[in-house]
Amino acid sequence: MKKTLFDKVWDSHVVRSIENGPDVLFIDRHMVHEVTSPVAFLGLKNRGAKVLYPGRTFATADHNTPTINQHLPVADPLSANQLRALEENATAHGISYWGLGHEKNGIVHVVGPEYGITQPGATIVCGDSHTSTHGAFGAIAFGIGTSEVEMVLTTQCIMQPKPKKMVIRVNGSLQNGVTPKDVALYIIAKLSTSGATGYFVEYAGNVFTEMSMEGRMTVCNLSIEMGARGGMMAPDKKTFDYIKDREFTPKGAAWDKAMSYWDTLYTEEGASFDKVYEFEGADIEPMITYGTNPGMGMGISKDIPLATDLEGGVATYQKSLAYMNYNEGDTMIGKSIDYVFLGSCTNGRIEDFRAFASIVKGRKKAEHVTAWLVPGSHQVEKAIKDEGILEILETAGFTLREPGCSACLAMNDDKIPAGKYAVSTSNRNFEGRQGPGSRTLLASPLVAAAAAVTGQVTDPRTLLQ
Amino acid sequence: MAYDKFTTLTTTAVPLPIENVDTDQIIPARFLKATERVGFGDNLFRDWRYNSDNTPKEDFVLNNPKYSGKILIGGKNFGSGSSREHAAWAVYDYGFRCVVSSFFADIFKNNCLNIGVLPVQVSPAFLEVILEAVFKDPTTEVVVDLPSQTIRIPSTGDQESFDINVYKKDNMLNGFDDIDYLRSMEEEISSFADNTPL
Ligand code: SF4
Repeated sequence: MKKTLFDKVWDSHVVRSIENGPDVLFIDRHMVHEVTSPVAFLGLKNRGAKVLYPGRTFATADHNTPTINQHLPVADPLSANQLRALEENATAHGISYWGLGHEKNGIVHVVGPEYGITQPGATIVCGDSHTSTHGAFGAIAFGIGTSEVEMVLTTQCIMQPKPKKMVIRVNGSLQNGVTPKDVALYIIAKLSTSGATGYFVEYAGNVFTEMSMEGRMTVCNLSIEMGARGGMMAPDKKTFDYIKDREFTPKGAAWDKAMSYWDTLYTEEGASFDKVYEFEGADIEPMITYGTNPGMGMGISKDIPLATDLEGGVATYQKSLAYMNYNEGDTMIGKSIDYVFLGSCTNGRIEDFRAFASIVKGRKKAEHVTAWLVPGSHQVEKAIKDEGILEILETAGFTLREPGCSACLAMNDDKIPAGKYAVSTSNRNFEGRQGPGSRTLLASPLVAAAAAVTGQVTDPRTLLQ
Repeated sequence: MAYDKFTTLTTTAVPLPIENVDTDQIIPARFLKATERVGFGDNLFRDWRYNSDNTPKEDFVLNNPKYSGKILIGGKNFGSGSSREHAAWAVYDYGFRCVVSSFFADIFKNNCLNIGVLPVQVSPAFLEVILEAVFKDPTTEVVVDLPSQTIRIPSTGDQESFDINVYKKDNMLNGFDDIDYLRSMEEEISSFADNTPL
C-alpha cells in the first residue's frame, strides 16, 4: 500500500501494536516546561522510576516567566516555585535545562527548532498542545497531558491509537498582505474548532511549499485549533537548509545517514487520506476573529455573521458575542482596541517582527494602545536588535520585552484587563485566556501592527506600500 | 498513577449544555501553578462559577443546589483547547467520574481516560434526551455501565451504547495505567531505541 508522510514516520516508530488497542510509539524528543511537568516528576518519584533517556529530554521555562526584569527574582511565589521545581527536576535527572536568564531560554516551540532539536521524521511530544508547531519540519509532533509526560519520562514511549489522516491542500497565489497566520485562520474558520478532531493533518500545495520555515511553523502550530492531533509538512531543501549546522542536528557522517532517512519523507503518489480539503489561496483575505474560539474568524472586511446563517447552537454563538460585546452583522473594521500583543509560539519569530515593523515603520503607536511585543526566544530578540528592527519599533513608540509565553496565556503578569480588547498574534481567543474578562481578536502580525498604529481594527492592506 | 476502578456508576447528573467548552473555562491558566495534584476542584469552571469578588454566580449550574451527582453532561466539542491535564484533574477532584457529551476534543478525552474519568460519547439525539430528563427532574438517575458499554435512564427507559477502545476499557475496569504496561516492556523499548535513526 502507498504510504503518506504521516504513515512513514508513525509506522517507523511503533515499538508494539496492541491488538484492539493503541500503538506503543517511540518518542525521539521530549520537550518539558514548568507548568505541566512537576506532577509528572512527582509521579516518577512515587514509582521509584528514573528518566529513561535524559539526552532525549529538554527543559525550558516559558509559561510562567516574567517578560520584564528577568534578572530579578520572580515575584509571584507560586510561579517561582514552579520554576524552581523544573530546575531541580531537570538537574536531578540530568536533563538539559534552559531556565530564565539562560541564553537559550525561550518558548519551548521556538527554541526547539532554533537549536536543531526539531528534526524531520522525528516523533516529538511536549505537555503543551502547540507542540504541533514542530510538524513544519516533517516531524510527528503533538501535545500530551501530564500523565503522558510521566509516561515519556519513564519509558520514552506513548500509547495512542493511530489517528486518521487528513490532507489540506492550498494552491494558488496569496494576495498581498495575506500571511501564513491568515491561511491558518481561514482553514480553521472553514473546518471549525472540531473539524479535524481525530485526524493528523498533512498540509500540501504550493502555498505551503513557498512558505518560509517560520510561516510553516505558524500554520502547523495552529493545527490544534481545529481539533487535529497535529499537522505536518514534507521536508524539503528549505527544511534541510534551516536545520543544517544547528547545535543538536547531526553532523558529518551522521548527517548523511539522517539525510538518507529524510529523503524518504514524502507522501507517495496515490497514497490515500481519510479526508481531503482543498482551498484556493487567492480566496484568502487578512483574517480576524470576532468571537471566543479560533473558528470564529473571517476576512477582515466582512461583517460578523448572523446566528441564523450558521450551523450549530444559536445560544452558544450569542453567548460568545455577548462576551465580546459585539453584535451580529457588525463590521469589524473601525472597532476600537486597547491592547496589541505580538508574540507567542504562533507569531513570535523574527519574520513576525519583520512584518510588524514593515507597517509601523515611519508611523507612531496610537496613544491609547498598550502594546506588548514579546520575542519567542533570546535568538529572536538578538535578531530584532541585529537587523535594526528594534530601532524602528522604538522610533514608532514601542518597547521590546523579554522572551516568554506572556499574554498568550497570561500566567505571568502580562494580563489584558477585564473588558479590554486585544488584537493578538497568539492562538486562542477563549474567554479569559489573556486574563479574566479579556477580549481577544486573533490576527496576523500585519493586522496587529495596523491596529497598533491606528488604535482600531484596520485592514493592513491600506497601510502597505 | 493507578486510579480507582470503574465499573458501573449510578448517580444524578449536572447539565452544562454549552458547546465548545474549552479547557481555559474548565480551569483557567492562572490556577495551573501548583506542583502537586491537589485542590483543582475548587477552581473548576472558576470564572463561570464565581464573580471577580469570589462570590458565587447564582445562575451557574454548579451553584444550583438542585443539581449534583458524579456525571457532568456537556455540550458538543467538550474540552477543546489546551493539553492541560489539570482540566481533567479539576473535573475529577470536584467529584465527577464521568463526562457525557456528543463530541470530545482529543487530548481532553485521552487525559480523562488516563486518570480514571470516563468520557462517554453519545449521539446528539441522546444528549438531548438526557438533558431534557435531567432538566425536568434533577433527581433523575443515570446509569453508566462500562462492562456492557451502555448509558441509560432507568426512569424513562432510554438507553444507548457507547464506544471505548478495548485496551482502555480494560484499564478502566481494573484501575491499571499505561506506565505499568510500558515498564514491563523496557527491554523491547531499549533495543528499539538503539536502532532509531534519530
Ligand atoms: S506561547 Fe502560548 S501556546 Fe505557545 S507554548 Fe506558550 S502558552 Fe503555549
